[in-house]
Amino acid sequence: MLIELEKRKEPSQAMLYLTPVIAVLATMFVGGILFSLIGHNGFAAVREIFITPLIDTHKWQDLGIKAAPLILIAVGLSIGFRANVWNIGAEGQYIVGGLAGTGIALLTWELEGWWILPLMCIAGVIGGGLYASIPAFLKTKLNVNEILSSLMLTYAAIQLLYYLMRGPWKDPEGFNFPQTRLFNDSQILPEIIPGTIVHLGVPLAFLIAIIAWFVMSKSIFGFQIRVVGSAPAAARYGGFSAKRTIWAAMLIGGGFAGLAGIFEAAGPFQQMVPQFPTGYGFTAIIVAFLGRLHPIGIILGGLVLAVSYVGGEIAQTSLGLPNAAAGIFQAMMLFFLLATDILVKYRLKLNLAKQAGDAS
Amino acid sequence: MTEQTDYRIELNAVTKSFPGVLANDRVSFAIKPGEIHALLGENGAGKSTLVKMIYGIMQPDEGEIRWEGEAIKVANPKAARKLGVGMVFQHFSLFEAMTVLENIALGMDAKISQNLLEDKIREVMDVYGLKLDPHRIVSTLSVGERQRIEIVRALLLNPQLLIMDEPTSVLTPQEVAQLFETLRKLSATGCSILYISHKLHEIKELCDQATILRGGKVVGECDPKQETSKSMAEMMIGGDLKQIEKEVKTEFGEPRFIVDNLSQDGEGDFGVALSDISFTVRAGEIFGIAGVAGNGQNELLMALSGETPSLNAETIKLDGKSVADQTILQRRKHGLCAVPEERNGHAAVVDFSLSDNAILTARDRMNLSNNGMIKHAQARKYTKDVISTFGVKTTGDASPAGSLSGGNLQKFVVGREIMQKPDVLLISQPTWGVDAGAAAAIHQAIVDLADNGSAIIVISQDLDELLAICDEMAVINEGRLSKTLKVGEASVDEIGLLMGGIHGEPSASQDQAENAHAH
Repeated sequence: MLIELEKRKEPSQAMLYLTPVIAVLATMFVGGILFSLIGHNGFAAVREIFITPLIDTHKWQDLGIKAAPLILIAVGLSIGFRANVWNIGAEGQYIVGGLAGTGIALLTWELEGWWILPLMCIAGVIGGGLYASIPAFLKTKLNVNEILSSLMLTYAAIQLLYYLMRGPWKDPEGFNFPQTRLFNDSQILPEIIPGTIVHLGVPLAFLIAIIAWFVMSKSIFGFQIRVVGSAPAAARYGGFSAKRTIWAAMLIGGGFAGLAGIFEAAGPFQQMVPQFPTGYGFTAIIVAFLGRLHPIGIILGGLVLAVSYVGGEIAQTSLGLPNAAAGIFQAMMLFFLLATDILVKYRLKLNLAKQAGDAS
Repeated sequence: MTEQTDYRIELNAVTKSFPGVLANDRVSFAIKPGEIHALLGENGAGKSTLVKMIYGIMQPDEGEIRWEGEAIKVANPKAARKLGVGMVFQHFSLFEAMTVLENIALGMDAKISQNLLEDKIREVMDVYGLKLDPHRIVSTLSVGERQRIEIVRALLLNPQLLIMDEPTSVLTPQEVAQLFETLRKLSATGCSILYISHKLHEIKELCDQATILRGGKVVGECDPKQETSKSMAEMMIGGDLKQIEKEVKTEFGEPRFIVDNLSQDGEGDFGVALSDISFTVRAGEIFGIAGVAGNGQNELLMALSGETPSLNAETIKLDGKSVADQTILQRRKHGLCAVPEERNGHAAVVDFSLSDNAILTARDRMNLSNNGMIKHAQARKYTKDVISTFGVKTTGDASPAGSLSGGNLQKFVVGREIMQKPDVLLISQPTWGVDAGAAAAIHQAIVDLADNGSAIIVISQDLDELLAICDEMAVINEGRLSKTLKVGEASVDEIGLLMGGIHGEPSASQDQAENAHAH
């Protein structure tokens, strides 16, 4: 055996931060080869997907509005993931949050006032949280695996969306298109940079990530989340209830996803449409791990995945790559991230000569 | 090629290093046929690494192993078994829900029919006086009986060398005597035995020759029968053994901790139910609870500490207050601190810093948090206090708990609780897997805490430990607590019988089983 894995004495801090970078680079490299092999210009694809969005200043606003929901959802999920609560259904919570906020918008469509938008946001949080409370209840009462229940509820949420769009919530003046009426001026997130599409939700998402960082590192609650995730028996000994932690983690994950949902509805969409679910809830899982479940890392991870989304759109028009190309790159990124993760606890040892050196 | 030799196995300058540690440094020793050879050393001295190399689980970096004169490489445990090396591990690998026979069949390298296997098992058991019914389900067996399965499993291969890793740590004194009898019979047939332990009186009783390891090096060879326990202990730890200073007390204060008919259902299929546990601990008193592992010690500790609160508040009284329905947090605020048996992942979070581990249990009593926010500076200060007071060897309060040796982490965990000045301290296996120096320090700290008026409950499988530090003690068996015994008056035999409980007379159930077969 030429290359051996050798356990490190302590997990490598350098590798902890380096492996996400390695994963992104490996994705670009292997992705380029893969697309070349299936007959595209692979390296042009990599350039369009990963580089163009960064050097084209007109695309920066797109990066912002794509990164915001990813960051928001990923921060919420990361809290659960740290506690070993595997909420995979953020997509569904995102949809239900968006729907809950839209419900408020439809109830108040003839009204105006500063209070409407905050109310929609609160409804979004509650909607997402309530939807996440179903797997939380099943987990704590019946020990149902939350991975399965939360994932399957995503598809129920999509069906709920389709039903509402084609039936009760259809715009009466909308020529029978399956979508709601447009939100009014009190119901949409204001632009914060005039002349761009950057809405208030973008800075808020960044701000919430920073607040989450503070809470996770300084508070007993953040400590509780970490203990429950690392050592459940120690958590019980320390006086932290596993069930309460599951509830908190699910509600936060669902609430953040719901908030991202209503931000998206009241921001870029300005109405609710059947095309509302775009996979942010799933992509956010990649963002959370790319960011090492750390809020600041997640901001960076969110930007990287936003680049791949925006770049994917560019590559569609400029190179005629299919829509799925960006998804392939995103999945590859998660794959490489999980694959290189082993380097945090292990090191590669070249075993050319059987001369075992001292531990360096 | 083969040289003429008197030895079954010889190790020559065997060296093994791991990142950051030299686990074995040019270790050499040799074992004759039929010899019972002790490998003696503290935890972390390198005993386990060494036997893992003999058994083929690891490969030495340097040095050679000679088997009956011939230099060999043991590629894996299967190769070791083929060579004639058997091993009985400290932790058994048995399936609880399967029978003895099924478990043994699963571990066999060669396929063999169940009937033939059963005959062979009975033959081995006859020869060595091991009593065991091959058709019993493992979950119904005592720890001593489970160990017999592992021994039978090893003996079926007719080993020329049997390695026993800390075999007596979970046995009652009577079971230890039985085991020794088996081992002596085995050695009389010419099988060599490598006996790993840190219990000196056992080695004196059983072994012909001892190799003493310290810090990965051989520091001495001796004939245990010629040495005293003290002289071997000093070779083992490389210094003077500190005696615990403890006065014999006859006067105690007010009752501080009263347990009155505490009962609790067992959790899951293999949990132990507690039934009608009652005892009282007074101020200044150290109360010991002896027993073989798995008789409800963990369940009892968690019920007493509040990890598993009970509905009936009256069953536990802490300084007169009924607390049995309170959570561990509430009980801690009322002055009850606890140290569970398992350090890694229960008493401490291994990948957290020591300072975070201080926050885990000391945040309320030591004021390490404020309105839900952690006071990191205070936590570091408290951690440093614990480290310096208890002489914990570490690079500082930010080092992960997992980077400490077992003994040092135990000193930290015990120190973290004792420095909270608890009114009542519950402590399980205070010196489990801890070196002699650290053990003495922990024992002294417990005795000093009692001298300051706290009531202390020590749960331990180590009878010597309980006899050394406790004032009164009781024995737990299958979730029931025996009557309270005064330490000065109780005999080891009496305690041993209580520890065995129903398992103490395995012959009764065994005979029935055998009769059943005969019919």
